[in-house]
Amino acid sequence: MSSDEEPPKRGLKGPAPEERARPEGRRNSQGIRIDPDVEAEQLPRRTTITALVSNQPGVLSEVSGLFSRRQFNIESLTVGPTQNPDWSRVTVVVEEPDPNVEQIEKQLDKLVPVIHTRELGDDAVRRELVLVKVSADNPERIHAITEMYDGRTLDAGPRTVTVELTGSERVIDDALDAFRQFDVREIARTGHTALARGETKTSIAPDRVKTDE
Amino acid sequence: MSSERAVPREERDGEQDSDPDPVTTGAESVVRALENAGVEYLFGVQGGAIMPVYDALFDSGMTHVTMAHEQGAVHAADAYGIVTGRPGICMATSGPGATNLVTGIADADMDSDPVVALTGQVPTDFVGSDAFQETDTTGVTRPITKENYFASDADSVGDTVGEAFAMAARGRQGPTLVDLPKDVTNGDTDAEPGSAETPPTYEPAETAEPAAVERASEAFADADQPVILAGGGVIKAEASEELRAFATDHEVPVVTTMPGIGAFPENHPLSLEWAGMHGTGYANMALTLTDCLFAVGTRFDDRLTGGVETFAPDAEIIHADIDPAEISKNVEAEYGLVGDAAAVIEQFDAALDESPDTDEWRAQCEEWKREYPLDYYIDEDDPLRPEFVVEAVDAATDDDTVVTTGVGQHQMWASQYWTFTEPRTWVSSHGLGAMGYGVPATIGARLAADEDQSVVCFDGDGSFLMTCQELTVAAREEMDITVFVLNNEYIGMVRQWQDGFFEGRHMASDYNWMPEFDVLAEAFGANGYRIDDYDEVEDTIEAALADDGPSVVDVHIDPQADVFPMVPSGGDNGLFALRGDHL
Ligand SMILES: Cc1ncc(C[n+]2csc(CCOP(=O)(O)OP(=O)(O)O)c2C)c(N)n1
Ligand SMILES: [Mg+2]
Repeated sequence: MSSDEEPPKRGLKGPAPEERARPEGRRNSQGIRIDPDVEAEQLPRRTTITALVSNQPGVLSEVSGLFSRRQFNIESLTVGPTQNPDWSRVTVVVEEPDPNVEQIEKQLDKLVPVIHTRELGDDAVRRELVLVKVSADNPERIHAITEMYDGRTLDAGPRTVTVELTGSERVIDDALDAFRQFDVREIARTGHTALARGETKTSIAPDRVKTDE
Repeated sequence: MSSERAVPREERDGEQDSDPDPVTTGAESVVRALENAGVEYLFGVQGGAIMPVYDALFDSGMTHVTMAHEQGAVHAADAYGIVTGRPGICMATSGPGATNLVTGIADADMDSDPVVALTGQVPTDFVGSDAFQETDTTGVTRPITKENYFASDADSVGDTVGEAFAMAARGRQGPTLVDLPKDVTNGDTDAEPGSAETPPTYEPAETAEPAAVERASEAFADADQPVILAGGGVIKAEASEELRAFATDHEVPVVTTMPGIGAFPENHPLSLEWAGMHGTGYANMALTLTDCLFAVGTRFDDRLTGGVETFAPDAEIIHADIDPAEISKNVEAEYGLVGDAAAVIEQFDAALDESPDTDEWRAQCEEWKREYPLDYYIDEDDPLRPEFVVEAVDAATDDDTVVTTGVGQHQMWASQYWTFTEPRTWVSSHGLGAMGYGVPATIGARLAADEDQSVVCFDGDGSFLMTCQELTVAAREEMDITVFVLNNEYIGMVRQWQDGFFEGRHMASDYNWMPEFDVLAEAFGANGYRIDDYDEVEDTIEAALADDGPSVVDVHIDPQADVFPMVPSGGDNGLFALRGDHL
């Protein structure tokens, strides 16, 4: 195309799209460069993210707002006090592909009240608590299943029995399956909370945010 | 001198307090915190819940500019922040005052502009009772602020405002908001606010990890077709000088994003101008075919990348940004360099043992510049081309002129056909694309710019109609601004998409019911001009620019003019359309 050619009456001059040099590669929809033959997207996986946050008004809504606004899939979110009265721990179980897990950590870190964020390893200690209320039609069997899952009976009335169970997600799921043979009236689950195993620190607060414990 | 007038503090007589009176109320503490932070101007609208703060301003050396609408106040503050680099301050009452700020706060959040919003709130005891003009302002603005605050007591409110100011200014800039219940601002206190500081949990990295810089620089040195992509962060970090030195020392072509316009002089041989949906053909070709992209201070917005599948698909990406969450958010970066743009460019330069060999690549870029020029067809018997008007205003003004815009086709023509050479001279609404930004932004930019700098606005007829009432402020303050309304009697960008993607069905896009803008301008107290033909362009521009005070030029342009090049939404940058039949 010579440069002294007149531009068209509408639009601009220049080679049409099909006449142009083209790149060889491609990215996937996550923006990752890929081998064109294996256009694999990363699959979601379930993992636990823990965040140490400073206690300020609105911090929980900031955290939960982040997940809804950025469309991250959360399975559960728990919050509670820590050894330091100025801090709380947020534990989130998410089901997302790798790049998003990384984004979640970074976006959490970006929130001003968030002191430290990390993804917990497979060996982390995780627990969930669940309350199950069932009809008291068969108290002996309810008691047996409760014992089997190391549960506790919190309330046993003439019509209902309420049981407390704690455990890993698998154990809780199994236990609830077992309880389905009764007439389950209501269930309340707390969602997961977790700590890193052994000497590994779950969260590391930088010195500049340390307060008197 | 009327206290309404925006007179800089040093020009006021006898009003300067060298030894200010001690603080006695929360409101005075708010004002003191702003004074301590060096604030000169505040933009706002009065109202019940914010009245104590306004009252405390009565004796302050800071200048309050009363705006016609709170949206005007926040856009003015935003533009002030863009042009000065320091947070612009806006104020509003509770309820509708605060909700009127929302568009401008969202705009500042998208474009990382430093803005502090101060909103009145009903007294603490009434909060939660659905009291008159009560809105959950911190709730509404939480997702669109960098951080927001609900002031809890008179003793700490000054420090809270100081923190909000520091947070808006430091690290990745952005809007912050402090909600001020009336009992807090009215409350007694003698607490003098300390200096404005960010909280200890906020610690942006200054420099990037040296090992990462080292690895990235090796990749860059080995590149055959490297490109530097300069985003708005380069300007925000005052890194334009470092970028210029780096690019010219290593002879690497530079593409900017739209917010990055001005980071690198567009008349420099290495400049490919800006890329993206309506970017230049040569910038989009270079981004598509580069094998190594050094991107600084950009968040890879979809208007820049088009579909990510085809964005720089052959390139290793080195992404430098102050915000770690931007690295690999939209496009995966092989090398993430988290730090201040100026510092990282210097680190990168120091680590680079050898410049990449770019002779062939630069020749290729030059060829693209010849192949895809932004030349347009002119016939003086035809309706006026908007591109011609932009070039004529550029020719009639100095290089340091500040250009503001509304949102639409006119915004694109302004950014394409104006040759920007300096940072902080391009003031626009990018990420949010908020029509109505133009006139109030021009007011904020006027107060921020040097006195001898010209400030001009390119607006659209639709955009202008959204906030033109702010001209009353410019008239009251005798501000020397010139607004060129590129009037196509359409919300033209919508009309262009209807022609391209909706079979030309012009549903609700025909704006031939507009008032005469030159007459309207005069009713507001500004000077009104009108241009219909080519032979009026030069003289009318001269006259409008020469006027002191605000002028509006109603420029009747070709209603059928379209913006090209164009990459359709989510499309392939390398396949940009040059004409309608390419779409
Ligand atoms: C507040 C707002 N409402 C609607 C839109 C959608 N929109 C984008 S561009 C555009 C056209 C703007 O018309 P005008 O200001 O006349 O500019 P032109 O495109 O004609 O130059 C519209 C309606 C928007 N960006 N902002
Ligand atoms: Mg228009």
